[in-house]
Amino acid sequence: MDKVAIIGVGLTKTGRRNDVSHQELAFEAIKTALKNCELDIDDIDAVVYGTMDNFDGISSPERFDSIALGCGRGRGKPMMKITTGGTTGMSLALTAYYHVASGLYDTVLAIGVQKVSENVEAQQVLNTAVDPILDKTFGLGAIHAAAFQASRYRSTYKSNIEDYMCNVAIINRKNALRNPFAHLKLNITDDDYYSSPYLVWPLRLLDSCPSSDGAVAVIFASSKVAKRLSENPAWIKGLGYISDSYWWGTKPIEFWDNLAILAKRVFKMAKISNPFKEINVAELYNAFTIQEIMEYEAIGLAKKGQGWKLLDEGITCFHGSLPVCPSGGVLSTNPIAASGLIRVAEAALQVMGKAEGRQIDGVKNAIAHAWGGALQFHGLMVLSNE
Amino acid sequence: MSKPFEIPGKWEIEYKYAAGPYISKFLEGLKEKKIFGIKCNSCKRVYVPPRMFCERCYVELNDWVEVKETGTLETFIVVYRKFYGLPDPPYALGLIKLDGASESFLHYLGEVDLSRPEKIPEILKQGQKVIAIWNEERKGSILDIKYFKPL
Repeated sequence: MDKVAIIGVGLTKTGRRNDVSHQELAFEAIKTALKNCELDIDDIDAVVYGTMDNFDGISSPERFDSIALGCGRGRGKPMMKITTGGTTGMSLALTAYYHVASGLYDTVLAIGVQKVSENVEAQQVLNTAVDPILDKTFGLGAIHAAAFQASRYRSTYKSNIEDYMCNVAIINRKNALRNPFAHLKLNITDDDYYSSPYLVWPLRLLDSCPSSDGAVAVIFASSKVAKRLSENPAWIKGLGYISDSYWWGTKPIEFWDNLAILAKRVFKMAKISNPFKEINVAELYNAFTIQEIMEYEAIGLAKKGQGWKLLDEGITCFHGSLPVCPSGGVLSTNPIAASGLIRVAEAALQVMGKAEGRQIDGVKNAIAHAWGGALQFHGLMVLSNE
Repeated sequence: MSKPFEIPGKWEIEYKYAAGPYISKFLEGLKEKKIFGIKCNSCKRVYVPPRMFCERCYVELNDWVEVKETGTLETFIVVYRKFYGLPDPPYALGLIKLDGASESFLHYLGEVDLSRPEKIPEILKQGQKVIAIWNEERKGSILDIKYFKPL
């Protein structure tokens, strides 16, 4: 298999983007990514495109977005559409990697686009993704699943976990102040957190991600092309994806044991024996505060039930020894199908030294993660500067 | 540039989902205040609600069992925010492992004081016993059980 690198990234402004249509938003990300690595759309061999159709209220938006992807009339470019929930963006990154590593293509564009703000209620949309026979009745969305995790974690491991969720809420929103592409930029205090209303106990408004519009484009290249076009590409050293049961009663929800299995596989592939020491920055999929803490544990940065200790020691804050989500994370910006690919894009920018105001010093290895489904799917990628 | 237009839209599409023979038998049982599960003879797990196959052993399941209407509360949440198009708050949901079942399933928790969120950890406990409260009128729906009441 060929080595694969990321050579260009295009992020868009996020938030309520009713100034542009779905396809204009995709075009904005792609145009920026191409410019950043001095490529033309005709230099791209194939495109992988992702969105979660029902958030934007359009079935199969690839039908009219194709023209924004350089896949309109006259180009004959191969194009594939991917939809895997919260992991959509990570599935795009994995698919782009496979396309290049296989030797079939030299340059592949991954593009995730989403306009979550265009629906009236994201949880109502998410309720269309639960078991329609039994579970749907109870009004479940994503926040309900995360609340079950937080409740179970609280009862099983740490009765005052809320105090640590508060830390995660504050750190991520403050990090977002450094990121011009973030949606929520909140300079909040402990008091703000504790006066924030419960949405689904034990989760408060400030424990939760926003409904964002946004897009991201990432260009993957073969080693031959990457070396020619980029002085410091982000090399992909390890990657993988894992699935689990839909049924929540079937798996532990206080510990992400399948992410732990995936992390072992991916770190082995990347030849990382001590992730805590060897990883310099992590972009984790923290749609809800509790999930960031659970991800520390599953990825092997902390022991089971003790992820909160990293927060006590300030390890994962911006100036800590292993900063998590210097971008502000999913907690600050969540255009759902783009969010996983934004994690990859941010990790790549860190490795390339191009993360500007949110750059962490001396990054050699970065990781990007996404979860999706009914607390069920995970994708993980290790990027390195060599 | 002029102010960008926003065009309103709405999806109103009706469906009929096939429940399949296993959930159909489960729903039929609820009418008679019976809760059916199904046992995997390979790993000995009892699935409630029943399924056609064991996801672990990947074998078809045919060994029907009846489980109790009492069980254990494995986890719980309380919905306080009104989400458009979803049930009115406040309401509590639990993952409940019925006596005789191996795994938990989702249902409402009832007869619980939800008026003060900060008191929830004193009112609901992981591991507490619960019992099904049945609807008088039962028509073969998961809501034939009105809710589970903590004991």
